[in-house]
Amino acid sequence: MSGEQSGAEVLLQALKEQGVEVIFGYPGGAVLPIYDGLFRQNAIRHVLVRHEQGAVHAAEGYARSTGKVGVVLVTSGPGATNAVTGLVDALMDSIPVVCLTGQVPTHLIGNDAFQEADTTGITRPATKHNYLVKRPQDLARAVHEAFIVARSGRPGPVVIDLPKDIMIGSAPYSDPPEDGHPSYRPRTEPDPAAVRRAAALLKGAKRPIIYTGGGVINSGEEAAALLGTFVRLTGYPCTSTLMGLGAVPASDPRFLGMLGMHGTYEANLAMHGADVMLAIGARFDDRVTGRLDAFSPGSRKIHADIDPSSVNKNVPVEVPIIGDAGRVLAGLIEAWEADPKAHDRAALAEWWRTIDEWRAKECLAFTQDAAKGAVIKPQHAIRRLYEMTVALGREVFVTTEVGQHQMWAAQHFRFEQPRHWMTSGGLGTMGYGLPAAVGVQVAHPEGLVIDIAGEASILMNIQEMSTIAQYRLPVKVFILNNQYMGMVRQWQELLHGGRYAESYMAALPDFVKLAESFHATGLRAESVDQLDEVIRVMLETEGPVIADIAVDPKENCFPMIPSGAAHNDMILSAATEGRAAGITDPGLVLV
Amino acid sequence: MGRDASLRSATISVLVENEPGILARVVGLFSGRGYNIDSLTVAAVDEAGRQSRINIVTSGTEMVIEQIKAQLGRLVPVYRVADLGREGPHIAREMALIKVAGTGEKRAEALRLAEAFRARVIDATTESFIFELTGGTEKLDAFLALVRPLGLAEVSRTGIAAIARGTRTI
Ligand SMILES: Cc1ncc(C[n+]2csc(CCOP(=O)(O)OP(=O)(O)O)c2C)c(N)n1
Ligand SMILES: [Mg+2]
Repeated sequence: MSGEQSGAEVLLQALKEQGVEVIFGYPGGAVLPIYDGLFRQNAIRHVLVRHEQGAVHAAEGYARSTGKVGVVLVTSGPGATNAVTGLVDALMDSIPVVCLTGQVPTHLIGNDAFQEADTTGITRPATKHNYLVKRPQDLARAVHEAFIVARSGRPGPVVIDLPKDIMIGSAPYSDPPEDGHPSYRPRTEPDPAAVRRAAALLKGAKRPIIYTGGGVINSGEEAAALLGTFVRLTGYPCTSTLMGLGAVPASDPRFLGMLGMHGTYEANLAMHGADVMLAIGARFDDRVTGRLDAFSPGSRKIHADIDPSSVNKNVPVEVPIIGDAGRVLAGLIEAWEADPKAHDRAALAEWWRTIDEWRAKECLAFTQDAAKGAVIKPQHAIRRLYEMTVALGREVFVTTEVGQHQMWAAQHFRFEQPRHWMTSGGLGTMGYGLPAAVGVQVAHPEGLVIDIAGEASILMNIQEMSTIAQYRLPVKVFILNNQYMGMVRQWQELLHGGRYAESYMAALPDFVKLAESFHATGLRAESVDQLDEVIRVMLETEGPVIADIAVDPKENCFPMIPSGAAHNDMILSAATEGRAAGITDPGLVLV
Repeated sequence: MGRDASLRSATISVLVENEPGILARVVGLFSGRGYNIDSLTVAAVDEAGRQSRINIVTSGTEMVIEQIKAQLGRLVPVYRVADLGREGPHIAREMALIKVAGTGEKRAEALRLAEAFRARVIDATTESFIFELTGGTEKLDAFLALVRPLGLAEVSRTGIAAIARGTRTI
């Protein structure tokens, strides 16, 4: 090796240079040289997960709660294929992740060698970009480039496939390129003329709405702060996607709550009735728009996004702005203040009166029977969890699984800052929340990290309880146990005549014993009188806890805009029959 | 921007870093998102062989074609995307090798047509010709339609290469 470094050492040096502090991974034959390298250094910490999907979700949780790139290390073949769900999840939600995959030695590639998989082929549509390093001289550059690609522009996952011989043999190290990436140069600075047009359009609005998404969070704390400034400056109502919650504090009176399929009545009707819409870092996805031809029909639309392919994809807009959300917001504030014209205060006041009437419907209201022994409403459980955690005054991070509990968490847990809410939005991956909580807790050892879970989802990556035990991560798992794949059951009730095919969770484990078997504390609340006590004990317990909260199995999540229906066809409560409320046959084919 | 539902054909040239998998990436983008590919060519175009040019002929509504360009543009190894028809006049050429088998009057007629179309004879036997024909897609289609009844046996087409007229470069 003539005094040179091995490929594995070069890899680790490049990772250190990129500021990597922790890797979530799982070893195997093809990555043994890398593990050997990790063993012989102290700068980078390794967290051993219990399934490679969990490694990627943990890296996502780490990335989303810190703004840094999350790093994953898995072996070839099954290690890589197990990671695919996590990669697609990160792709859909624009989360910066670099995933290192082992590969069989270069001379065996294509030979169906043991644990060989065409990882770059499989992950090509699952990543923002991927690399197969076939020559030692390409190694350091590939690693540096991967980090640039993962974190710049619209962030996303990048795979680097590393053949074992490249890791064992010697390789030259090179520093990160000084002038960035040769071909990938995403536009971050918006066109000032477009920003001025947008500001003028917004000033002339009578019924404005600001609709923001995960792009604001990804852009960074400053973008969220600027968004808050802009909302206060204009006094305009604003709503957020599932991914964007926390960018504007939920306590801001101008915040109308989440929009979309399970969004609030006031947010959706404001979208529907607006005359000017400003969309920032959101992508008009079908969970938000409902029926496209009835989506905000009367509004003139401004869409700012860092990804040009997000603009004019689903909804044609009048003023497209390509740029970083924070830069766009800074520009908008400047242009707004520079424009001497005043906005139409009377019209805005009238618009707020209308919105307040919608608000008065209290679309998220529910009735909790307070009698001893009464069944717990899931919404009540989240409300109490929220109130009791806020009272602690600690920094709270929430992750979720996927289903009704996720939507109730989005509706009833209130987020005041960005990067404290981690949920699988685009892919809707059951099993996301527990490993994501691992990543968040690793990044924030002092934080209070809660996975709001469903009893079905939690079983999809329950093995990560073992990771939690090993690293003494005090993650709290709060299961809304309705004994059903509740979201599936809800659709079956509303759309399929109440034929509950395969959505009942028979043979559930005893979650208390399950927790104990993983060296955690198990708690259970059976009825409303036990709820507060269970939450109190959970929050007081220093180590990890699983709190199994038995909730009403028949509760549905409302409001709901059924697939393919318009925003003003929202179902507000169980009293409305699904079919009667705008669910059409074409809507039935949608997911 | 309106919702124009009418379809148009677009000739898109993409300058890319010549790295392994780039073609799979472009083709996968088209298949994954349900876009049409009417023609696709790719070859290295710089001295060092580090950059390739991909020419794609596709069709779709205006909104879809704008999407295709944006989707191509955000691929990491892509330097530039040019919508040749939209950015000014351009030239598109394609080459075909066309085997016509037959004897007698049909054979003679095939040769006459080839002359009229300025197709070159690059191989001949007493029972066959191979013509080499270069031109726009429509010219090639027209020639093929004419020689089909005369014993068209086999065709190999390159797909189009396209470039902007004048001094403009990608
Ligand atoms: C990996 C995966 N498989 C299937 C689904 C479809 N799905 C969406 S929600 C849901 C039920 C979730 O049940 P649970 O975790 O108990 O949550 P609940 O809706 O009851 O709150 C299912 C099966 C999914 N989102 N992800
Ligand atoms: Mg459930």
